[in-house]
Amino acid sequence: MFSLFTSALTILAKELRLEFRTRELLTTTIVFVLMVVVLFSFTFEPTAAESRRLGGGLLWIAFLFAGSLMLHPSFTREHSNDTLAALRLAPIEPFAILLGKLLANFLFLLFAELLLLPVFAVFYDLSLLPLTTRLFPLTLVLLLGTFGLVSAGTVFAAISAHARMRELLLPVLLLIVLTPVLISAALATSSLFADPPELPRTALVLLLSFDVVFLTAAWLFGEYLFEE
Amino acid sequence: MASNSPSPQRSTFDLLAAPAVAAMFLVAGYAALFVAPTERTMGDIQRIFYFHVPSAWTAFVAFFLGFIANIAYLLRRRQYWDWLAVSAAEVGLAFCTVVLITGPMWARPVWGIWWTWDARLTSTLVLWLLYLTYLLLRTLVDDPARRAIVSAVFGIFAFLDVPLVYMSIRWWRTQHPQPVIAGGEGSGLEPLMWRVFLLCWAALLGLMALLIRQRYRLECARHELAELSLAADERVAVGKGSGLSNS
Repeated sequence: MFSLFTSALTILAKELRLEFRTRELLTTTIVFVLMVVVLFSFTFEPTAAESRRLGGGLLWIAFLFAGSLMLHPSFTREHSNDTLAALRLAPIEPFAILLGKLLANFLFLLFAELLLLPVFAVFYDLSLLPLTTRLFPLTLVLLLGTFGLVSAGTVFAAISAHARMRELLLPVLLLIVLTPVLISAALATSSLFADPPELPRTALVLLLSFDVVFLTAAWLFGEYLFEE
Repeated sequence: MASNSPSPQRSTFDLLAAPAVAAMFLVAGYAALFVAPTERTMGDIQRIFYFHVPSAWTAFVAFFLGFIANIAYLLRRRQYWDWLAVSAAEVGLAFCTVVLITGPMWARPVWGIWWTWDARLTSTLVLWLLYLTYLLLRTLVDDPARRAIVSAVFGIFAFLDVPLVYMSIRWWRTQHPQPVIAGGEGSGLEPLMWRVFLLCWAALLGLMALLIRQRYRLECARHELAELSLAADERVAVGKGSGLSNS
């Protein structure tokens, strides 16, 4: 019997290896976010001041949509290959499967976000410097927000994998539950793009409480989703 | 499976409960319209408050009941907890809808607008959407046992989300200019108004209990029907099988 973390890390390594071989999930996600960012400019044509004000919201809407679409394969892929049964038979806690996938999704989405952040800054004329007051706090917001997104999202991916209309259902389930994440992350990001940059403490508290509450709930109740 | 499904039959309790709740509604309606004093600045339109706010409280009670049922289902695996969960969520959503309809009816004459993205309004709307999603999820999963599990997990997540939604929206609203000032909130209620208010709430809670009980019974009946038609199908299959072997 492995401990929870070693088995979760094994699952994580499997997910990373799978993605490294195909790279389809990351490429599609990155192109998708890029598309949203470009389309936003077509529909609103924001001025410099407006992009500073709306930038945070736009960025998080793009991440949220990307997240709600990219989380989907993490369980449907297992379903279509009939490998979930094998995972379930493994002598590990069911939560380890969820945690491993959660961490993998976290790394994928965070990678895509960090890659797209400079592109976004260039397109919308937003500065990511100075490092200590803008980029580092921004990275913290990205970390906390993305973790909240994937901790609810991975559980909901496991839920929607059993439903009809699953491709459509996952965003529906996820987007409304993520209201607190969207509000706090978008407002914090916008305040960090503003001049002078500022990191609202309330946003961090809200993001952190969301992460803690949903990870705990996933730990307590997520395992029931793996029953046959 | 059938052993753990207490199917409540229509009892004398039900025969008495419905008229009792109806009578309470008559009294509460009369009290709200004629007994409670007229509010000084808003006038008669304020009387909608006696059904608007208690509906919100009743919706919370129903959602909380659903939350308990969700947890109980996951721990105990008795179907009736699932039936209770869906009944409570549906009835809670109905009361939440009442809140969202009576709110704008009041807001239009008092604030001059139907809707504003005020903290309380927005939180109620998100709450409504959360439980709408919960019920939507239930319609999209066919296998009853699977549906019970996944909707219980989602129901728990949705309920835990409510305080976070409320806090974040309140913070979001204080960051933005307020379009409307709902004045006089902290001023408290006049004692007679309080008594009418509590009477109305009691009537609505009675209605909630009645509706949940009816909805629960419907779920039982559906389950029984599914079992019976399954049994009938089996019997037909067996009959056909034996018919074939005879010939």
